[in-house]
Amino acid sequence: MLKFYTKKSFNGGVHPKDFKELTKLLPFEQIPIPKQIIIPVSQHAGKPAKPLVRKGSVVKTGELIAEVDGFISSNIHSSVTGKVTKISSQVNVNGILVDSIFIDTLETEEHIKMPALNFEKITPDEIKQRIKEAGIVGLGGAAFPTHVKLSPPDDKKIDYLILNACECEPYITRDYRLLIERTQDVIYGLKLVMKAINVKKAIIGIEDNKEEAIAKLKTALLNFPEISIVILKTKYPQGAEKMLIKAITGKEVPIGKLPFDVGCIIQNVGTVVSVYDAIVKGEPQIKAYLTVTGKGIKQPKNLIARIGTPLIDIINYCGGFTDDVKKVIVGGPMMGFAQYDLLTPITKATSGIIVLTKEEMKYFKETNCLKCGKCVEVCPLNLIPTRLVRLIQNEKYQEAKELNVSICMECGTCTYNCPANIPLVQWIRLGKQKMSKILN
Amino acid sequence: MENSTSKFINKLELSSSPHIHSKWSTKKVMWFVVLSLLPPLISGIIFFGIYQLLIIAVSVFFAIVTEAIIKKIRKMKITIDDGSAVVTGILLGLVLPPNFSLTATAIGAVFSIAIGKELFGGLGFNIFNPALIGRAFLQAAFPVAMTTWTKPNFSVDTITSATPLAAYKFDRVLTQLKPMIIGNIGGSIGETSAIAILIGGIFLIVVKIVNWRIPVSMILGMILFSGIFWLIDPIKYPNPLFHLFAGGFLLGTFFMATDWVTSPITAKGMWIFGFCISLIVVIIRIFGGLPEGVMYAILIMNAFVPLINRLTEPRTFGEK
Repeated sequence: MLKFYTKKSFNGGVHPKDFKELTKLLPFEQIPIPKQIIIPVSQHAGKPAKPLVRKGSVVKTGELIAEVDGFISSNIHSSVTGKVTKISSQVNVNGILVDSIFIDTLETEEHIKMPALNFEKITPDEIKQRIKEAGIVGLGGAAFPTHVKLSPPDDKKIDYLILNACECEPYITRDYRLLIERTQDVIYGLKLVMKAINVKKAIIGIEDNKEEAIAKLKTALLNFPEISIVILKTKYPQGAEKMLIKAITGKEVPIGKLPFDVGCIIQNVGTVVSVYDAIVKGEPQIKAYLTVTGKGIKQPKNLIARIGTPLIDIINYCGGFTDDVKKVIVGGPMMGFAQYDLLTPITKATSGIIVLTKEEMKYFKETNCLKCGKCVEVCPLNLIPTRLVRLIQNEKYQEAKELNVSICMECGTCTYNCPANIPLVQWIRLGKQKMSKILN
Repeated sequence: MENSTSKFINKLELSSSPHIHSKWSTKKVMWFVVLSLLPPLISGIIFFGIYQLLIIAVSVFFAIVTEAIIKKIRKMKITIDDGSAVVTGILLGLVLPPNFSLTATAIGAVFSIAIGKELFGGLGFNIFNPALIGRAFLQAAFPVAMTTWTKPNFSVDTITSATPLAAYKFDRVLTQLKPMIIGNIGGSIGETSAIAILIGGIFLIVVKIVNWRIPVSMILGMILFSGIFWLIDPIKYPNPLFHLFAGGFLLGTFFMATDWVTSPITAKGMWIFGFCISLIVVIIRIFGGLPEGVMYAILIMNAFVPLINRLTEPRTFGEK
């Protein structure tokens, strides 16, 4: 018990039942290429990429089909060999209409690869250049272009590179499986990122419920004294950047600042594997590793799927829905997006498809706020959700702003924990949107 | 879509994250509280007879009916199934003297709900603990009946039915600790047995309905403040353990002060709240005209809760 409490962590947070046992023992399997692929030109934070193909173009697997447009943007490659049938808008996994390239796949596949680079001789600039070319984005959720993240302003000194291996969202086991199946590649990917940003040391932050991955890493890291591993308490949202930095370094990212302001850069497990593949194998980011799970799907699996594969193909590959299916979520159950169109394609940063039944969702009736303080107790950012929500309901945005509502990362911990079942984070989300219109 | 999955598409629900929830709901919390109140309720029946169950039943019945009627008059949804009126009814019953008038009990229950809770807007909006509001009203309306105590079953004392606090205040008799822990002493229906209260109270802490900070700060505060007086003059002032187990302190600590609605929401606020209640209890018990002060101490501190919440806002993560 004592050991349990002394494990590094942050204040607040919750520990939902994680259901990782549904998929944690299942190796990744490759899903067949579907007949049609839909590739949104915006799969990342920032400006959408500029399409380079048009209706009728024939593209090969790995061919650049949309290129970086502006500083924060990302290249997009075709994930299949086929013919572009149209470029039109399609709902993306976040529920927004975006321009997407529809490709009908051809039977024989032709690959285009970038030249493999030498792991030892490569320079930091070459690494960053290749990451940019390969269209790598952060796979932790926000899909921020990695080449931008690895280029902090010159005046920011980076002390720590942290590998985020927490995977604190319930159900999802993508990073866990990557750590087990591609342990060496994770480490080499991490080494490449270390080189790119010129840091001497890296820390892997991992939750204590991932014993097998920890054991594998520990063995593999014997030859890498520059990489250490910190075992953290299993708690949501341990994988949020600010929480991870706090748990590992004790530092708090000041309000309105970014991790590099406290000398940290964080990379996700999936991202460093992509970096490794891009440099050592010359593969652009055209595949997604993801977990398909939940009690609403017949055969939960860990999959490797081509980017742009519609949800329907993945769901059918996993045996289809069970009869009591209620919700399809892309991402984790705490922060993911519910889907309404099963033609929606998966993107680079899709880490999981969770199919929930009503029983798993536990809906209760909403009642008045009981002032129990449970939202205050668990908010990892020490906000006062109940008061923020009351202010937002009464349109007192200025007061909400003074209570720092803008730093809420919408992790959903408060709503999860609210016994009155008030949709706290949903109100806060709405309030933040209205606020930005009214106050600016 | 021609494939088998298409028949499900209209069944899919859409909502904003998070998509999962903890196992708690208002209803479940309330019924757990009811469960935790069973040990003190049973101790009341054991020591004062089965009639006390009737008092509780009348209290609960009138609490529920009052809430339903008021909601109906106000044309609001009837929410008696959330269990909160049941909790208020039981709590009021437990703080009444044994063999109390059933009519007066009913009046107290109506007052608790109507004035203590619904007047403020119902569940979650009341400033004061509704059960204690009801008791305070009865104390004012029926002062004699409210201080008429019954001799408990299995009593060690053959003469008196007085509560330990009254016995000490008016007759300088210090009750022994053992009966105060077991419960065969004079007092309100649910307040006499420390052991029964602790069973229910610790259960609430273990299932995390009650935040441990309030009981811990109250108990520490009680030991501290009564201890100061005891150290000054151990003959004139009773020892801290006596204070801890006497009167309604433990019942108030675990079941009244910890009421979610009327206690602070911040960790620091809970500590302040608990310490201040104990301080007021000690002051009333030692200097006041009344032998007991737990009810007033909690009601007074209830009034300060909004202020305490304001003053103890946690520092936002990353704020200087």
